[in-house]
Amino acid sequence: MNIPSHLKYTKTDEWFDPATGKAGLTDYAQSQLSDIVFVEITVGAGDTVEFGKAIASVESVKAAAESYAPVSGKIVAVNEGLANAPETLNSDPYGAGWLVQIEGGDPSGLMDAAAYEKYCAERAH
Amino acid sequence: MTDVSTPLNATPKVVEPTLFELSSPGRVGVTFPDPDVPRANLPDSLLRADLPLPELAEVDVIRHYMHLSRFNYSVDGGFYPLGSCTMKYNPKINEDAARLPGFAFTHPLQPVETVQGNLVLMHTLQEWLKEISGFAAVSLQPAAGAHGELTGVLMMRAYHHARGDAKRTKMLIPDSAHGTNPASSGMIGLQIVQIPSDSRGNVDLAALRAACDDTVVGLMLTNPNTLGLFDEHVEEVVKIVHDCGGLVYGDGANLNALLGIVRPGDLGFDVMHFNLHKTFSTPHGGGGPGSGPVGAAAHLAEFLPSPLVGVIEEGDGETPPLYGFIEPKHTIGRVKSFHGHFGMLVRAFTYIAMHGPDGLRQVAENAVLNANYLLARLRHTYHVPYDRICMHEFVAEGKVEGSDVRALDISKRLMDYDFHPPTNYFPLIVHEALMIEPTETESKQTLDAFAEALIKIAEEAKTQPDLLHSAPHKTPFGRMDEVKAARDLVLCCWIP
Repeated sequence: MNIPSHLKYTKTDEWFDPATGKAGLTDYAQSQLSDIVFVEITVGAGDTVEFGKAIASVESVKAAAESYAPVSGKIVAVNEGLANAPETLNSDPYGAGWLVQIEGGDPSGLMDAAAYEKYCAERAH
Repeated sequence: MTDVSTPLNATPKVVEPTLFELSSPGRVGVTFPDPDVPRANLPDSLLRADLPLPELAEVDVIRHYMHLSRFNYSVDGGFYPLGSCTMKYNPKINEDAARLPGFAFTHPLQPVETVQGNLVLMHTLQEWLKEISGFAAVSLQPAAGAHGELTGVLMMRAYHHARGDAKRTKMLIPDSAHGTNPASSGMIGLQIVQIPSDSRGNVDLAALRAACDDTVVGLMLTNPNTLGLFDEHVEEVVKIVHDCGGLVYGDGANLNALLGIVRPGDLGFDVMHFNLHKTFSTPHGGGGPGSGPVGAAAHLAEFLPSPLVGVIEEGDGETPPLYGFIEPKHTIGRVKSFHGHFGMLVRAFTYIAMHGPDGLRQVAENAVLNANYLLARLRHTYHVPYDRICMHEFVAEGKVEGSDVRALDISKRLMDYDFHPPTNYFPLIVHEALMIEPTETESKQTLDAFAEALIKIAEEAKTQPDLLHSAPHKTPFGRMDEVKAARDLVLCCWIP
């Protein structure tokens, strides 16, 4: 399981990068979903989002899931390319698979990598 | 048991060409006689020179579909333990009844005086469903389960609005719910609030209490839930929701476990749909259509879809009562053209009539017994995360210690043993879920054969995992590329 130490994490398996404002699905989330076949980002640049509100819906061959805003703030960019290449969420969840970029987000309530790793381990029985 | 220990050649063993590939220029199924009326002259703009439809004789078409039908797996062909779907055997007398000319050759626009038999059947079915569920009134209109849900949540909202309470916008839905529950509520614009399960698979009471306030329309509860577990605090759950002014919707998908034993209306549910195609043995899946009547407690009855079937003229000693259509006072209106799926109503009526009250109770008892028997045979081979006495189904994890196989591999391998796989990857709160519902119609021999296949597959998972990864091997086609099918949509082989 890849859990980069410079990122912050939510209980709903999103990552947030305090340095760039980018956010996406964690490696744990993509591996649980398995092959992702569809992604729709439901917010656009300029929108204001609130922590915990849905920003994208993701479908895999196993399940459909929603992805939530990891912080409150203003969307400055969305990853338009994902719609045509949803498999990027599987292959590069922390890089080319970013979902949105949020400005003004406060990550202080999020988990660090160590806490998130423990949280994932607890859920794996 | 069939010997399936050695994988056969994984390439397709039977290939059925498409109708287009079978086409032969000039071949026809029917030769039309010359018309005995003058030909209409169609404008040139509406004529086309080229219409590449397949050209085949009747026998070619019949054989093509006959061949394809042999690829199907059906409840008439074998064991179909598809959790949450209640794929019970459909008794053939249901089909006899639905084909009686008095039912089959009537029209929904006939004057009611000429279809009294149909209306008496519908009224009697309404009454029976009321008695089975403990509700005050039943509408037979909704076309299937999710349609019944939509009808139910529309009624819940109408109830609140009729009281002058328009600020309720949230629907509470447990994390073990069918996906149709949030979909039905979302469709009418309600906000979904997910309620977690506790460690025994019940609704988490603390989380429920925290979510209940004066903005809650209600809770949608499936009981037994999709883990096959009867909520141990169901009366408390209902009370908590009622105390905040909310209503409780019952998802009747799992009613098979309760017939003749517990009535949702008595537990305090306000509204519920029935799945006639699950509980009452009408055809299911491709054999449908479904049918999803809705039952309502007294305070919601006036919001039911219109019309209901009722007595419109009382009888006396000489003339029987006249049945017709009546409109509930504050009805949400029609939800279906005409009167629901009438043929399904005839089949369900027949099933209930053939069983009677004691027989229906036995249905539930045997459904629960069969599920617990399979659970007892399998719990040492496959981990069951919420392991307690189950109702009509249970959820195991499709994982084997020391092997990398997943639920999907186990399910595909089951096809080599001539069984339909159980429901996969649902409910979402169990990793690698295998949701197994045997139903009451299966014998001990069938249950044993299925358990033995699953136990053998667990051994194979350790000794020959590739056998599972590449399964199925004995079906007309091997493992399908589900990812490619979902990502690379080609829905039509010919575009005119």
